[in-house]
Amino acid sequence: MSFLSCFISGISLGSIYAIIALGYTMVYGIAKMLNFAHGDIIMVGAFAAYTIVSTLGMPPILGVLAAVAVCTLLGVTVEKVAYKPLRGASSLAVLITAIGVSYLLQNLALLIFSANPKKFQSVVNLPALKLAGGELSISAVTIVTVLTCVVVMVCLTSFINKTKKGQAMLAVSEDRGAATLMGINVNGTIALTFAIGSALAAVAGVLYCSAYDTLNPYIGSMPGIKAFTAAVFGGIGSIPGAFIGGIILGIIEQLAKKYISSQLADAIVFAVLIIVLLVRPTGILGKKIHEKV
Amino acid sequence: MSMLEVNRLSIAFCGLKAVDDFNIKIGKGRLYGLIGPNGAGKTTVFNLLTGVYQPDKGTILLDGANITGKRTIDICQAGIARTFQNIRLFKDLSVLDNVKVGLHNHYKYSTIAGVFRLPGYFKAEKEMDRRAMELLKVFDMEAFFNYKASNLPYGQQRKLEIARALATGPKLLLLDEPAAGMNPNETAELMETIRFVRDTFDMTILLIEHDMKLVSGICEELTVLNFGQVLCQGETSAVLHDPEVVKAYLGE
Amino acid sequence: MDSVKRKKLVDHWITYGVVILGWIIVQALGATGHMTNQINGLLVPICMYVILAVSLNLTVGISGELSLGHAGFMCVGAFSGSFFTKLMAESIPSLSVRFAIALVIGALVAAFFGVLIGIPVLRLRGDYLAIVTLAFGEIIKNVMNVIYVGVDNGAIRIAMEKKSNLNLSENGRVIIEGAMGITKTPKASTFTIGVVLVLLTLFIVLNLIHSRTGRAIMAIRDNRIAAESVGVNITKYKLLAFSISASLAGMAGVLYSHNLASLAAEKFNYNMSILILVYVVLGGIGNIRGSIISAVILTLLPELLRGLNNYRMLIYAIVLIIMMILNSAPSAIAARGRLLERFQRKNTKEAA
Repeated sequence: MSFLSCFISGISLGSIYAIIALGYTMVYGIAKMLNFAHGDIIMVGAFAAYTIVSTLGMPPILGVLAAVAVCTLLGVTVEKVAYKPLRGASSLAVLITAIGVSYLLQNLALLIFSANPKKFQSVVNLPALKLAGGELSISAVTIVTVLTCVVVMVCLTSFINKTKKGQAMLAVSEDRGAATLMGINVNGTIALTFAIGSALAAVAGVLYCSAYDTLNPYIGSMPGIKAFTAAVFGGIGSIPGAFIGGIILGIIEQLAKKYISSQLADAIVFAVLIIVLLVRPTGILGKKIHEKV
Repeated sequence: MSMLEVNRLSIAFCGLKAVDDFNIKIGKGRLYGLIGPNGAGKTTVFNLLTGVYQPDKGTILLDGANITGKRTIDICQAGIARTFQNIRLFKDLSVLDNVKVGLHNHYKYSTIAGVFRLPGYFKAEKEMDRRAMELLKVFDMEAFFNYKASNLPYGQQRKLEIARALATGPKLLLLDEPAAGMNPNETAELMETIRFVRDTFDMTILLIEHDMKLVSGICEELTVLNFGQVLCQGETSAVLHDPEVVKAYLGE
Repeated sequence: MDSVKRKKLVDHWITYGVVILGWIIVQALGATGHMTNQINGLLVPICMYVILAVSLNLTVGISGELSLGHAGFMCVGAFSGSFFTKLMAESIPSLSVRFAIALVIGALVAAFFGVLIGIPVLRLRGDYLAIVTLAFGEIIKNVMNVIYVGVDNGAIRIAMEKKSNLNLSENGRVIIEGAMGITKTPKASTFTIGVVLVLLTLFIVLNLIHSRTGRAIMAIRDNRIAAESVGVNITKYKLLAFSISASLAGMAGVLYSHNLASLAAEKFNYNMSILILVYVVLGGIGNIRGSIISAVILTLLPELLRGLNNYRMLIYAIVLIIMMILNSAPSAIAARGRLLERFQRKNTKEAA
């Protein structure tokens, strides 16, 4: 039974990684950049929810909405101010700029909220689900997290496959130049991608902090890196890949924590990533890249 | 004995026979042309000869030695050098350094000697500079030796690629569309250079080209490739008048 | 051709000269009592960051591989060097001799890890290489965090997780203590030693670049397929560049560990690797002198801004973003070109 509960908490953690990884992978697929500041958007979302719920004492649902609104706006603004001027520059320059944005967000949060960890009040106030005569207890946050992830995944897939805007995203990620020639508004599409990615990060931030009860200005960086790992693991640029990568990574992390060593869990996660990439250099669902001679 | 002898060379990509039962025999010092419509498999033949792809079957003999299935760098050492259809220079290196990379395996010294500037370094570098400048002179490019390769005009870049290939000291030189993107004047000049290279270095040359003026002007023998198969082979004038070839090129 | 060569040589000497000049200035300021404690404390770290930036530039700029795991090599270097210094405290009484050997050991161990990691990893490209090197760096950090090493009766014992797992006899002592790392490494690093190591690093890297090996490495960076076609062994040279870069980072790690009373693995996380990458990119990819200058300025900057207290890291972040945009944005580059042109036109008009 303890294995099962561990497995379930793995799926829950993995769902959070998957939600973040979806944002990572969409931004990578369309803007071809590693957005290192993505993890910090999570932190901003969590702080927005914290302010609304704990400081102002408003209902949790408003907190979630505020987080999504703030992050969407932030994501679009950051893209416009910092990344858009660098379109066409080397990918390394964009990477470093993203790191600058990450530092900026962390230090802004540090100034406003200080480094002391805050107690984050969970936005899900429901009793835990008891199964098998009370032996297996699944917390409400876990259930909400997994459900959210599934809903997000389904919505995102149908958005991309069924709507015009979604098709435009696919076109831009395939070939930006050709998409421009076909009359697609590339800048608008990229901004939309950042908006969606950041909104997802906000949701993930609220869920992550609800599950772990704590919040500080650096909280986003580790889940950010893990989600990035998950995105690469599943094949960066691939939406189902990010989902699968996130879930698998979460399960591996929780199982490793329980059965091998809590201190080495991260090392094991990264080791699995390396092994997967050595066998499949572009991740589980990644496209093969051929270089024509 | 012939310089290059290829027997029944074949490769398929996902079931598509890109090169099928390809045979060719090129005598020493010959200027040989490989022509055919786009997608006929000409560049694939080059990639097979230089070990970029491994053939599904068939043998490649260079100057009598079997080089089938060897790695690209070993084939280079064995004596095949090539240029590329889409120019592949070391774009951030100087013109001189591009040629010196071609000399990589001819004037050797260890990394240690290079870092600590041991006597071997100075001796080899001096020789390399001399040899590289000689090669650049062949192509009238010695004045550009300190230019960044990517700053050269297109025609010069093509010539630099040939110079770099020659630096490896090949027995057989493969040129992949050397005149692509050149104007008639540049093409005429290139034809002179190719002939000159053959005569001075006693080189065997196999080239892919679409420019029929160049092909009929300098190639002594031709092989026509169509859908991965040899359509026709022989003396240039005979091949160009072959009805099958005319049909493949001009349609019915 | 000789004039080109002479220019290159002069260029090298300017780079060495910048470093030597920096040393002279610091000595002069110290002698006249103008150095604050705060700046004094930064001197060795500056040398360390310069070595790290120059060595990472070898991987990123010269070899063209994006690595986010440089701190990992620094970590193994620092730990192996400090371990040696502490282990041999009795057998080799002279600290300078121990430190010198420790530097070599740190470099060798890091080079070994460079080869070990490079063999599988260098087959990957671009962003995949970046994430895998980051992963390796984190693995090294995590493992060093749980490892315990002790000695008793002339035997070295290694254990994981807990000190008691070592089963040391009574006369044994623990040298590496998990998350606490190594404490009380004797302070052997000085600014002068740091500068000598910087010069050594520059000597190795600059001479390497302008040799047969360096040309091969840059040829692979510019066009792998063409390099292979002219007989350059891709794996060999990629690995060589990667492991030399790693060994220099290892040496910097030893310098670091002999400057601090305590050495903990937590410090060598990916943020450290990213920090070094920032130095390299801002200094100019492939530009060795630029790496030196940006490492010095960017290490000093947060300290110089210390008066601004809480705002300093914020300002640092903003400066970083603005500099990246001014340096790399296509529109900024074009604007710079136009300005330069106008300036030149004005000059020629005046001359006429």
